[in-house]
Amino acid sequence: MQDDKALFDIFRHPQTIRALSHKIHQEALKLSQPLKIMEVCGGHTHTIMKYGLKQLLPQMIEFIHGPGCPVCIMPKERIDQAIALARMSDTILLTLGDMIRVPGSQSSLVQERANGYDIRPLYSPMDALKIARENPTKNVIFFAIGFETTTPMTAAVILRADQENLHNLYFHINHVLVPPAVCAIMDDSQNRIDAFIGPSHVSVITGSQIYEPIAKRYGTPVVVSGFEPVDVMEGILKIIGQKNENRSEVEVQYSRAVTQGGNHKAQAMIDETMSVRENFRWRGLGDIAHSALRLRDEYAHFDAEVVFSQVLSYEPIDDHKLCICGSILKGLAKPIECTVFGTACTPNSPLGSCMVSSEGSCNAYYRYGSAL
Amino acid sequence: MCLSIPSKIVEIDEDNMATVDTMGVRRKVSLDLMSDEAAIGDYVLIHIGFAMGKIDHEDALESLKVYEQMIIAMDEEERKALIDQDDHCSNRSL
Ligand code: SF4
Repeated sequence: MQDDKALFDIFRHPQTIRALSHKIHQEALKLSQPLKIMEVCGGHTHTIMKYGLKQLLPQMIEFIHGPGCPVCIMPKERIDQAIALARMSDTILLTLGDMIRVPGSQSSLVQERANGYDIRPLYSPMDALKIARENPTKNVIFFAIGFETTTPMTAAVILRADQENLHNLYFHINHVLVPPAVCAIMDDSQNRIDAFIGPSHVSVITGSQIYEPIAKRYGTPVVVSGFEPVDVMEGILKIIGQKNENRSEVEVQYSRAVTQGGNHKAQAMIDETMSVRENFRWRGLGDIAHSALRLRDEYAHFDAEVVFSQVLSYEPIDDHKLCICGSILKGLAKPIECTVFGTACTPNSPLGSCMVSSEGSCNAYYRYGSAL
Repeated sequence: MCLSIPSKIVEIDEDNMATVDTMGVRRKVSLDLMSDEAAIGDYVLIHIGFAMGKIDHEDALESLKVYEQMIIAMDEEERKALIDQDDHCSNRSL
């Protein structure tokens, strides 16, 4: 038990955070210009805000919050699709956590549930199998969301459903990919991002290898870091080290969980069940080629987009006109620059998606705003 | 959505499920994504009901050593800074 606690505590230890802060200040003296670091993943945004890490860093280091929050990037038309599916007769719609609260064009899944439709948040996608077995006369549809972290879990459920010959379980796949989104942001000429903190858990699955083209193409260090405050601080120290030595490489701070090659079994399960989409529209970022996955044709009988295509509309729907989530996701604006931040838009009644999930920038700023 | 607290496998059940202990809380998770033989006593990362990868215990404890060194080094510098401040203190009489 002593070890268990050590394993967890060391990465939150205030003294360690201070020691790292001290070292960062020293190393930053050698920097020739200010450093803009994008933390790609919303989990890091959360840590930075929660632990007030910004205040422990030299002025010349600025965080740009990236697009890595699966709930925040879901375009309204996809949420409307989930609602359309849930409104079909004899249907149970399943999804994960915060997704249920994200506003679509007219309503959200949580509102639709209040209207009497059978919509259930899942703890684990595995529960979808049980619900399908227990409700053989219903169509059970899993609205699957998430980055590379969450994709293999969906794949595992598909493979089990296939093995079991479940005929009433369907999947609406919204799994998105980190590297194309990062490239889309970097190719937007308005941006000047000098380095990246790479996602923790995406990398457990994919391995750190997926960032190598990014480091090469844009000449930006990518340091894959864990989610604890000590991890983030050490990641920043490594970034500064690379800058001072004029290197731009992929480095892994989170080596206790991330390897270069990642989880091969999980990758194989994804590859077995899914292929890359030609195009996917991201909320705020717009169309990005090859940035999401869909079910392979061999699994089309499980694909809600194929089986229930008659109720689905693909008409793009824009965000609320006051919402600047798009600019925030691109790193061009901060939540406090939004005119309705904390007034018309709060976690209890979110106008935009970045306010919904605890991984969203607006939500993190709202919760930990006092640390600003 | 992501939890980074390491969980320890305490039991391996049928149908490739395991019972894990996360800071004293026990939960059932699927081992479907684990490629190597997951064994009792292993630390794993859990995400939405699945073990997604092992945590290298040695590696984590290795970090602990590095951080301890850093803290010791900082304290020395802090001590130096204090002495330095003291040397330049204008209020010696107090
Ligand atoms: S505060 Fe609300 S409306 Fe404004 S950018 Fe954030 S989510 Fe959008």
